[in-house]
Amino acid sequence: MEHTVVSASKFNAWFGDNHVVKDVSIGIEKNQVIAVMGPSGCGKTTFLRCINRMHELIPGATAKGSLKLYDDEVYNMNPIYVRYKIGMVFQRPNPFPNLSIYDNVVAGYKLNGLKMAKADLDNIVEKSLTSAALWKEVKDSLHKKGTFLSGGQQQRLCIARAIAMEPEVILFDEPTSALDPISTSSVEQLFHELKENYTLIIVTHNMQQAARVSDKTAFFYLGELVEFDNTKQMFTAPSDIRTQNYITGRFS
Amino acid sequence: MDARIGIRNTKSMLFKGLIIFLAFLITLPLIVVLLYIIKQGVTQVNWHFLTHVPTPVGEPGGGIANALVGSLLMVGMASVVSIPVGILTGIYLSENPHTKLAYWSGLCVDVLQGVPSIVIGIVVYLWIVKPLGSFSAIAGSCALAIMMLPIVIRSTEQTLRLLPPSLKEAALSLGVPYHRVIIKVIVPCGFAGILSGIMLSVARIIGETAPLLFTALGNSYLSYAVTKPMESLPHVIYTYATSPYDDWHNLAWGASFILLMFVLILNITTKLITRKWNIQL
Repeated sequence: MEHTVVSASKFNAWFGDNHVVKDVSIGIEKNQVIAVMGPSGCGKTTFLRCINRMHELIPGATAKGSLKLYDDEVYNMNPIYVRYKIGMVFQRPNPFPNLSIYDNVVAGYKLNGLKMAKADLDNIVEKSLTSAALWKEVKDSLHKKGTFLSGGQQQRLCIARAIAMEPEVILFDEPTSALDPISTSSVEQLFHELKENYTLIIVTHNMQQAARVSDKTAFFYLGELVEFDNTKQMFTAPSDIRTQNYITGRFS
Repeated sequence: MDARIGIRNTKSMLFKGLIIFLAFLITLPLIVVLLYIIKQGVTQVNWHFLTHVPTPVGEPGGGIANALVGSLLMVGMASVVSIPVGILTGIYLSENPHTKLAYWSGLCVDVLQGVPSIVIGIVVYLWIVKPLGSFSAIAGSCALAIMMLPIVIRSTEQTLRLLPPSLKEAALSLGVPYHRVIIKVIVPCGFAGILSGIMLSVARIIGETAPLLFTALGNSYLSYAVTKPMESLPHVIYTYATSPYDDWHNLAWGASFILLMFVLILNITTKLITRKWNIQL
């Protein structure tokens, strides 16, 4: 159990009266890629956003139950600390348009007002951009605005920004749905490299993507976690009929 | 079939011609007014005009130094109050659009924007001039601040509302506390819009006469005392243009020219700022 990074038990989330995540229990192990899939409105994104306490930012959104990062209850921690430890990459690339590429990478430090030596920052920038497979492309234009990059590069910049904070877990909310196929494959390639150091939880609509990149897959349906198993197992011999129906395209 | 397409094309051409004509027509009065004021005013303006106070009737020379100083001082004081209050209120309105407080204060802002400037002048007269017992520059800048406030609030609010919510999420997901998200991300990203709102509001109030009539009154001497009556550009135009003396008319034209230049420069700068500093989202 010491390898479990994120665990939920009987976790529920609501938007007002709308019960969107129902009694979810799950244990996510270190250095794995977890795909979370399911039809639209099944609560997968909401669950993801609960993990770093982004869910509660929406007016009327509430959550109940146990959700742990290692041994600490996420909902007893300071949300700011939670978000240091659990990074997030969004559906649409959202680099800060007022900051340079360099400042975007270290935005987590700069915006928080943490004073650091220039050499340390340089180091973080190079390391993070290298991990995000973007260093070679941007190393000569670090002081240009981040929004000059292409969509795929922007998304990798956002990944670099998350990595720069050295989080335990990185959450991805449909990270490639706004990208073209080439950018998508470069981001997917990245997942394989990132899991050496991080635990990745990826919400995706794309089943092929889930099959390609993940070690384990969670299938959500109508707010419930229907099945959570090794990806291979899930796609070849799902144990629940609903998973099977979804995978074979009977509903979407 | 061909005939029908021909008719449609003609109609399109006519329509296009009409809107081009109207667009041209609308610029015509502006250009005529502009040229006329420049023609009448530009000959009056020289260094002496800008650095001397008006002379009594019959005495040649004289300038508008008192009005220039008064206008800048009062607009400056109004800005010092209105800009921070306006920006902060604008931030509140854009951040919490669905609260009761936002609804009511938004309504007040709209109403305030619609209040005739002379009414604001009277209110400030009753609130400040009467209790203090004297017309004063402070009362004038209060009236101007009230005029300025709704413009700054609305422009800030509208600029910030256009920013995508993903921007805020990006910052929050990095563990940045809310106040720093606003100060370091939201406001800088909307900076060009906020600044142009401020410039436009300054351009708007610098030409206001009515709120100053019963507040700052006017003063034919150069004065820096904020508790005493003070001259202003629009007021100097008002008094001197309605006088029966040609010398004074010329002074009013000169002052009009200066005021016009102020407004023009502010507007052009605003355009340049929005073009140059606008952040590509």
